[in-house]
Amino acid sequence: MAEEFKIDETVDITNVVCPVTFVKTKVALEEMDDGQILSVHMKDGEPVQNVPRSVKEEGHKILKLIDNGDGTYDLIVRKVGD
Amino acid sequence: MAVDYAALKKGGWMRQKQKGKFALRIHVVGGTLTSKQLEGIQKVAAKYGKGYVHLTARQSLEIPWMDEKDIEAIKKDLAEYEVYPSVCGPRVRTTTACQGSSTCPSGCIDTQALAAKIDERYFAKELPGKFKFGVTGCRNNCLKTEENDIGIKGGLRVKWLEDPCISCGVCVKACRENALSMVDGKIVLDESKCTYCGRCAKSCSADAWETHPGYTVSWGGLFGNHIHRGNEIVPFFEGDDRLFRLCDATIDFFAKNAKPGDRLQFVIDRYGQEKFNEMIRKVFEEEQ
Ligand code: HEM
Ligand code: SF4
Ligand code: SF4
Ligand code: SF4
Repeated sequence: MAEEFKIDETVDITNVVCPVTFVKTKVALEEMDDGQILSVHMKDGEPVQNVPRSVKEEGHKILKLIDNGDGTYDLIVRKVGD
Repeated sequence: MAVDYAALKKGGWMRQKQKGKFALRIHVVGGTLTSKQLEGIQKVAAKYGKGYVHLTARQSLEIPWMDEKDIEAIKKDLAEYEVYPSVCGPRVRTTTACQGSSTCPSGCIDTQALAAKIDERYFAKELPGKFKFGVTGCRNNCLKTEENDIGIKGGLRVKWLEDPCISCGVCVKACRENALSMVDGKIVLDESKCTYCGRCAKSCSADAWETHPGYTVSWGGLFGNHIHRGNEIVPFFEGDDRLFRLCDATIDFFAKNAKPGDRLQFVIDRYGQEKFNEMIRKVFEEEQ
C-alpha cells in the first residue's frame, strides 16, 4: 500500500454532495495537463462508490484508491487528454 | 350499424365514456418511437383528436377522442408513418424496456434488441388472459421488471483478471454487496454474495474484468387490482436459447391452465407454486 505518487493537484470533495462531488472533480481535472496526477479526497459511501467510475467513464486513468482509515479515501487519478 | 367492441379492443381501440369516441393505443416496443412515428401521431392527434396524447403506465401512447366513423381513415393515415394500433384484452401486450446498454452507462444487456425479439415472437398472441413482458438493463431496475408476468433483468457474470489489474482498490468499494475483497493485491470474489450488477467491471479503469451478459428472470408479477411481486425461480443464467425456452414453457403453461381473465400468478397459485417452480427448473436444466 505504500506506493508513492507524485501528486500535482488535490481536490477535497468531502464538503459537497452528489452530483457536485463529480462536478468539482471534473473541473479540477479540466484545469490540469495530460499525464498530471490528481488526488481526490472523498468520503465513504456514495462518493467512493460512484466518483471513481464517473472519472473512468470520462476517460481518465485511476491509479489507486487509498483508504485513510478515518472514513475518507484519496483517489489518485492520472489525467488523460488536454 | 352494430359496433364490434371486442374486435376494436383487440385492435387497440379503447372505448371512452363519451359515446362513439375511442382512445387509440399505439404499438410501441421497448418504449421507443421514431421521429417519423411521432410526426404521424402528432398529425392524427391534431386532425382527428383534440390535439393531445396520453402516455400510459406501460410505455404505450394513446390518442384519445378518435371518432368511430374515422377509424379506417386514421389507420390508413398512421400506417403511412409506420404507426400501428396496439392490442388490449386477453393477449400478449406491449413489451416494455428501459434504454439498456446501447445508451445507458449502467446497462448490462441490449434491452431494446431483446424487447424487439420478444415482441416479434409473442406480441398479440391470443391467451386466456393478458400477459406482460418487461425488460430492464441492470439491477437499478428502472423498468420495474417484477411488475410483469415475465420480468427480465440484465446482469453481468464477472471474472477478475490478474494480469491487467493494478490493485487500485476501486472495485472493492464500487461493489455494494461486499462481494469483493483485496488480499495481497489480488481480488477475491465471493460468488455467493454477487448479484451480477457489473459495477466492479464498470468502475475498473484497467479492463481487469471479463464480463458475460445474462439474465435474472421473475415470474408472476401483477400490479393492478391484485398486487404480487414476481418471483425469481432459477439463478442468473446466460443464453437467449434458454431464456426463450423458459418464456415458451411459461406461455404454454398459461395457455393450457388459465381461465378467462386469469393472470399468470393466479394460475400458479391454483396449480401450486412449488409444482410450477419444479416445471420451470426442469426446463431450465434441459440441454442447451
Ligand atoms: C457520481 C455522481 C452522481 C450520482 C451518484 C448521482 C445519483 C443520482 C441519483 C441516485 C438520482 C436519483 C434517481 C432517481 O431517483 O430516479 C439522481 C438524479 C439526478 N441527477 Fe444525479 N448522480 C450523479 C451525478 C449527476 C451529475 C453530474 C448531474 C448533472 C450535472 C446529475 C443530475 C441529476 C439530475 C438532474 C437528477 C434528476 C433526474 C430526474 O429526476 O429525472 N447527477 N442522481
Ligand atoms: S435499468 Fe439499468 S440499464 Fe436500464 S436505464 Fe436503468 S440504469 Fe440504465
Ligand atoms: S458484479 Fe456487482 S455484486 Fe458482483 S462482485 Fe461485481 S460489483 Fe459486486
Ligand atoms: S478496479 Fe480494476 S484495477 Fe482496480 S483493483 Fe479492481 S480489478 Fe484491479
